[in-house]
Formats: sequence, C-alpha cells, structure tokens
Amino acid sequence: MRVAATRLYHWVDERIPLSPLVEFAREKSVPSHRYSVFYFFGGATLFFFGLQVATGILLLLYYRPTAEAAFESVRFIMTEVSFGWLIRSIHSWSANLMVLCAFLHMATVFFMRAYRKPREMTWWTGALLLLVSMGFGFSGYLLPWNELAFFATRVGTDVARKTPLIGEFLSQFLRGGDDVTGATLTRFFGFHVAVLPMIATTLLLLHLLFIQRQGMSVPDSQTEEASRRPGTKFFPNYFLRELIGWAVALAILAALASLFPWELGRKADPFAPAPAGIKPEWYFLFMFQTLKYLPATIAGIEGEFVGLVFFGVGGLLWFFWPLIDRGSPGGKPSRLVTTVGVAALAFIGVMTLLGYIGS
Amino acid sequence: MSEDRSSRRSFVDWILGAGITGSLVSFLYPVLKFVIPPPVAEAIELNVVAATVEELPPNTAKIFKFGRRPGLIVNTPAGELRAFDAICTHLNCTVQYREDFGQIWCACHNGFYDLSGKNISGPPPRPLPRLNVAVRGNEIVVSRES
Repeated sequence: MRVAATRLYHWVDERIPLSPLVEFAREKSVPSHRYSVFYFFGGATLFFFGLQVATGILLLLYYRPTAEAAFESVRFIMTEVSFGWLIRSIHSWSANLMVLCAFLHMATVFFMRAYRKPREMTWWTGALLLLVSMGFGFSGYLLPWNELAFFATRVGTDVARKTPLIGEFLSQFLRGGDDVTGATLTRFFGFHVAVLPMIATTLLLLHLLFIQRQGMSVPDSQTEEASRRPGTKFFPNYFLRELIGWAVALAILAALASLFPWELGRKADPFAPAPAGIKPEWYFLFMFQTLKYLPATIAGIEGEFVGLVFFGVGGLLWFFWPLIDRGSPGGKPSRLVTTVGVAALAFIGVMTLLGYIGS
Repeated sequence: MSEDRSSRRSFVDWILGAGITGSLVSFLYPVLKFVIPPPVAEAIELNVVAATVEELPPNTAKIFKFGRRPGLIVNTPAGELRAFDAICTHLNCTVQYREDFGQIWCACHNGFYDLSGKNISGPPPRPLPRLNVAVRGNEIVVSRES
C-alpha cells in the first residue's frame, strides 16, 4: 500500500512538481500566543461552508424551484425522504452558524488589527465573502416558499428599491418583475446554487491563498510573546487541533439540528395579509430594526433613504478600514480602532436585541 | 515497560480508528438513505378508461395513461381489443402500433411484437405484459391482469 502510494507520488511529482508544496506544508507553522485561539473562527467558517455545499447538493436532489412545487418539495424532503428533515435542518442551522463564525472571525481580525499592510487584500476578500454569505442567506431564505420568507423577501427587495439611482433596476433584477412571484423564486434559486457558489469559491480560494502566502498575523500586543515561543507546526499539531475544533462545531450543529429541527411554516399565499412577526434572518435584523425607528421624513428627506445612506457609508468605512486605519504604526494598541469597533458592535448588538424584544 | 507502552499505544490507536470509522459510518448512512428516493405509492387495483369505442376503429391503437406508465390499447384488424403495458422490454422506450404491419413496434431499436404482445423480432427480450380489457357501454376500460 505504502509502496504504491510512494510510486504514485513520484509519478505525479515527475510531471507536476509536488515537492515544493510538501516542503511548504512541512515548514508551515502558526504563531503561538495568548490569542491564538481566535484563529479558530476562520477554520470553523470554512468547515460550515463545506457542510453547506454537501447538504445543499443533497437537497438539490429533491428540491423543485417553482412557486407551485417548492413548498411541497421541501415538505416532501422533510416528511418522506429518509433523514430529509435532518439534512434540511443541518443546512439551515449550519448556514446560521457559518454567518455567526464569519462575523466572529471578522470581529477578532478587526480587534487584532490583522487587516493592516500587507494583509489589506485578505480583509477585502473576507469582507466580500461575508457579503456573499449574507446573499446566500437572503436568497436561501425564500426557497422553501413559506409565508415568512415570502414577506421577508418582499420587504428586503423593497429596501433595495429605495437605493438611489439604481433602486428600480435592482428591485426589478432581484424580483424578476414588479412583485415577488414564482419568477423571483427561480432567480433566487439560480443565485443561490450557481452564481453565489461560483463567486464564493473564487473569493475563498484567493482568501486562503493570501493567508498561505503571508502566514498568520500576530497582534501588536503579542509580538514579543510570539517571538519567544516557537510556533505550532501546522502538520500535524495545529491541523489535529483544528480537527478537534471542527468536531466540537459538528457536535454543536448536530445538537441544534436534531433538537430544534428547522420549521417549514405555512405555504406562501401572495393574496393573504402579512402575518404578524415578519422578521428577516437575525443577521439582517439590526438593519431592519434601525429602519423601523426612522421617521417617515428627516429634514425633508425620506427616512428610509437616510437609513440606507447611513448603512451605505458604514459599509464603505468597514470595507476600506485597512486604508483608513493608518495610525500608530509603531505597534501600539490603537484606541481609535477599539472604540470604533466596540461602538459598531454595540450598535449591532442593541439593534438585534431590540429586534427580538420588539416583536 | 516498552512492551507495555506499545500495547497501550496500539490500544489507543485502535480506539481512535474505531471512533473515526464509527463517525464516518454515522455520517454516510443518512446520506446514502437520503439519496435513495422514498417509494411512491401506486394503486394496486387500477381501472382506467383508455378510450371510447368510436375512437378506436379496427387496425388502430392509442397510447393512454395507465397509472404512472403508458399503456397501449389496440383494436386488431379482426376487431378484437387488446391492451398492453407500452414500455418496451428492451430499454424502456414507449412502443407504438404499426398499421402497415399490423404489429407493435419499438422505434428505438426496431423491435417488433405481435398482437399477443410476444416479442418476434429485434432486441426485445420478453413479451409486453398484457392488461385486461372490458367494454362498458361506450367506454373501453383497462385494468391490470390479476
């Protein structure tokens, strides 16, 4: 067995040199310091992404993306297909945990200021990946074609309509018409299983490539400790530790998916009034809640519009943060960064909480 | 001492291997079960109105829906009604009646069946299953042969 593997390796190595890769893997190490544990969230996000791909492909075997059949096909998956309820529940829960891990990963990267030169592009690909994840969430939410999803999508695409200049086009593009209909479902299905996976895979490969080329960033406060302590060898030490982390993530997911199976709700009826308690997924809740608090007009301008500009500017600041944060290059912890980060997190946290309490 | 250690080590290896194998099996089993579609219930007794008497003069035939499969009802040149499962026993194409030959023909690989459903030329390995025919008033009713 081993002889055969060695021969296969040499056969490939003669044609496409593998030895530099093997050498790289052997040398690769992860800095070891007090905050090393935070490196885990990126890997966990990747783990959940892998699960999303696998369970998503399985769901595709039975799912039918039309207004007439979508709800019934999901109900079929959940009631008739062996383990169908489990596969769907894992897909839904894992999606949420993936977004959660991506948020935590981003927050730790932010506070450790790992986005600074030369890692700006890693931050940007990561930021885009988070947006793509939210796109996955938004498009996937509609696919079961249930009441909640139908109205949440109506609200969500209507918010898009308020975007200055391109709003009308954007809404038409997303909805495939004037209203949310079967045409919207077909489009969202296409985005969810073809367009977004393609973008996500490309961004993910770049993101991982950048990390491999540059190694892990060490936070300022830990450079001394990291230089004193030898790094953890990636193979096998860090890799095995990561696997333990993934096993824990899987255990949490399995518990959630089996103890709290994802509900299907009632089939969407475009001519029924919106039921009480319409809410988007939790990661859109802070925006949803903020828009609720805005008055109809602010200084003569439509309230929604002001809200969108606010989030637009916030998003741009967030995206271009590596270019904005140029202070304290000497390596001192940055007051400004911490303050801005804490304020943003507090705002998001409070608004999300209010979103839950308010309904 | 060293022997003791190696046996402990092999015990741990064994436990680890068994744990990993067990986990993999527990992941793969639901996936395999999920991939196989659940059986679709089909009525055991099936009575279908295949055609009306006027629709089917001698030496003509009609494909009709028999449950989830196509059926073929033939009025032979002698004026006798016969019904078959219309799926070719070779590779699942749907057969048709050839008025010029007075035989049942499968277009996919040029297979022929006679009017009793027997495979007489070409690749089909078995005869077409027969179905029961009854005329009730104006309607030709086909049911599964019991």
